Parts: sequence; C-alpha cells; structure tokens
Amino acid sequence: MITKRIIPCLDVRNGRVVKGVNFEGIQDVADPVELAHFYNDSGADELVFYDITASHEGRGLFTDVLTRVASEIFIPLTVGGGINTVDDFDRVLKCGADKVSVNSGAINNPELITQAAKKYGDQCVVLSMDIKRVDGEFHIFKNGGRIDTGIDALQWAVDGEKRGAGELVVNSIDTDGIKQGFDIEMLKEISSRVSIPVIASGGAGKKEDFLHLFNENCSDAGLAASIFHRKELSIKDLKNYLIENNVEMRI
Amino acid sequence: MIAIVDYGCGNLFSISSSAKALGLDVVVTGDAEKIKNADRIILPGVGAFEDAINKLRSSGLADVIIEEAKNGKPILGICLGMQLLFDKSYEYGEFEGLGLIKGEICPFEGDIDKSLKIPHMGWNKLIFKANNPIFKYISDGDYMYFVHSYYGKNCEESLLAVSEYDVLVPAVVNSKNVYGMQFHPEKSGEKGLLLLKAFSEI
Repeated sequence: MITKRIIPCLDVRNGRVVKGVNFEGIQDVADPVELAHFYNDSGADELVFYDITASHEGRGLFTDVLTRVASEIFIPLTVGGGINTVDDFDRVLKCGADKVSVNSGAINNPELITQAAKKYGDQCVVLSMDIKRVDGEFHIFKNGGRIDTGIDALQWAVDGEKRGAGELVVNSIDTDGIKQGFDIEMLKEISSRVSIPVIASGGAGKKEDFLHLFNENCSDAGLAASIFHRKELSIKDLKNYLIENNVEMRI
Repeated sequence: MIAIVDYGCGNLFSISSSAKALGLDVVVTGDAEKIKNADRIILPGVGAFEDAINKLRSSGLADVIIEEAKNGKPILGICLGMQLLFDKSYEYGEFEGLGLIKGEICPFEGDIDKSLKIPHMGWNKLIFKANNPIFKYISDGDYMYFVHSYYGKNCEESLLAVSEYDVLVPAVVNSKNVYGMQFHPEKSGEKGLLLLKAFSEI
C-alpha cells in the first residue's frame, strides 16, 4: 500500500533557503541545490520548493535555481510561490517541477485551479492553504500569511477539491515555527471533508509529532523545514522510528 | 545512445536528467531516423491515452516503435508510455494500443475499495513475480513512485512485478525486449535510477 510521506520544505528567498518563525524573523540557512541533494540522498519522499516572497514582492521564481534542483534530485518536486496564471504552471513544469502549488493566486482567481487541472491533470495541482484561527473560525490568509482574507478554510478546502486540486497542503500559522506538534484539530476538520491527500505543515518539532500525526489518521504526509534543515532530526532516524511504530515508510 | 521519444506527451526534463545523472548518452527526439539509430528507446508519457496514441500514430512514431521492438531493440515505456505498449485501453472510450504487451488498461474506479484514493499516487512496494536482468540492482520490496488512475489487466504472462493497492497493480511488465514500468523510475530516487541503469545494460 501507499506509504505515508516525509517532505522537507525549502522556502527560498533570493536563491537561498530560509525558515521563518510564524513567518517573521527569517534566517538564512542554506543553498537550495545543496540541500535538495542532501534530502534526495537521505530518504525524503518528496520536496516542496516555495519562493516565499513571490506574492508579496511580485517576484518570479528563480528558475535557474529550480532547474538546477530539478536536474539533481530524482524524487517528486512540488514548486510554489508566485503562481498566478496557467503560464506560471507552464514555466515551472518546464523547469522540472512535477506538481505546482497555488496559494494566493488561487484566492485571487479560483478558476486558476480548474484551468490548470484541466490542462495538466488534477495530480499536478496542489492547493496550499495558510490557515489561522480568528474568533473561533479557521480563516485563509494570503500573501505569505500576511493578509486575512476572511475566507472560511473548511469551505475553501472542499471547494478546492471540487475545482480540481489533487492535493492539499494545510499549513497552520498558529502552530508554524512553534515546534509543539502539528495542528491535529485543524487537520482533522479538513481531512474529514475531502478525499484528496492532505499534507500537514507547521509545528513539527520532534519525531513523536509525526507519529501522533499519522496515528490520528488525518494526513497522508508530514511537511517540515527547520528541524530538517538544522539537522535537529534526520529523515532516516525519523523513518526508522515511524517504522518501529508500525507506520509504513519507504526506506 | 538511448532515444527518449518526444511526441508532445511527457515529462522529458526528469527522464533525460536522470539518464544524464547515470552518465548515459541520451537524445530527446521525435525524429524517426534518430530513434532507429539509437540502441535503446524510452517511451515516456503523461496525460490521456487517446491523445497520446493519436500523437504517436499521426507522427508515424508508432510504426517506428513497433518495428524497432520487432527488430529486438530494448524498449522501455514509462507510466502512460507503459500503457501505450498494451493491446488496448478503456480510458474514456476504447482505444487500440501498440500491441507489444498483451493485456488491457482499465480504470481503478469500481475495482478498488471506495475508501482508497484515485489516482494511486505515492510510494508503493514492488513485489517481484519473476526474475529478470532489469532487477539486477534492486530488491524485492523496494519502493517506487506511482501516479496513475488506470492500470493493466489480463497481462499475467508479462508480469515481472506488482504492487498492492487493494488489487494487484502491474508495476513492471516485459515481453522479450519490451519493458514497461507503471511507476516513474526517474522520480523514484536511487532505486528508480538503478532500474534505468539496468535497462541501459540490457
């Protein structure tokens, strides 16, 4: 059967990998090509590669970095950041991406999901959602978590699947960077409403957080950045731990 | 020289990058002469069967591939490229394939438990069904990366490996010099690259 997936996320700005805490106080960590190589060799099941400033500053992806990453790693690669049109899909797919993640671009124009799914297939379209609790409700935020759209996240997830998204990334702004575990409550609310794979993001601090995530059966994959980049947790050790605890993993 | 067939339906970047990483001499081409002159042929494919087979036929490359297969040249179809090798597909209709692998391509829908997601997407384990030099560098139980909504049926005599997704999914098929892989070896990490390496030595 299909394994659960462990996905390191490379947030990139100015050609370097960065990781914010609650999207603030960004620190430079490493070279994306070097890091992608390292993860490919160390057992990552997939990589997500975001240009985190693209929406805010209108900057396109650094396609040379992307092309170099894609020509050196041989696992599925999802690319996001600054994806606002079908042409943007085309641009990153030609640079070697396998899936394309849309966030603010889909909020500004939900039809983008449908258009891209029709052209490239559902499996190619990943809807990434930055979600934060506001007055007891889950709200969708855009532009790197800066702007509250007021959109109900649960409805947005359901609509996203209907429009043709093949996968959802659920990033909890509330737990991101805190390292106290994934946002299980938020993930359960969303995964119970959709039938496409859900990737959990935000909050991983230790290997037990991933076991908790998979045991709660609310996610197909766990995504994290800083704990992997800073080598606080190796993917090999994490996978061995999960296998010992009866979670199917690719090794 | 390995010819990667360019007929407008494939993720050619990944497959050519992975072949280059193995140090293989590759050419991405839609030119019949170049394909005929190559030692081996890789037929990639992403998208819908009807569109792909029509493009292969209208470009004349379908006949080239069939002829080269009959001449004994090693041929590898990947994902939709594997499905194109079959006799027939029932993806949104009924279409004739290249007829190099006996069997049909059918939808998962209706055949597997409703709680399972379609496409069959992610890492799944290979279960070997026969010995073959294509497995020279990998082992039974190695994981490969799959993305597909249709799968091969009635191809028992060609099965080299399957994966379990409620049904047994043909993962590697083979008839003489013709090979097919339902998963993406070019996206399956080190083990996938080793399958491509083995193919380059067949």
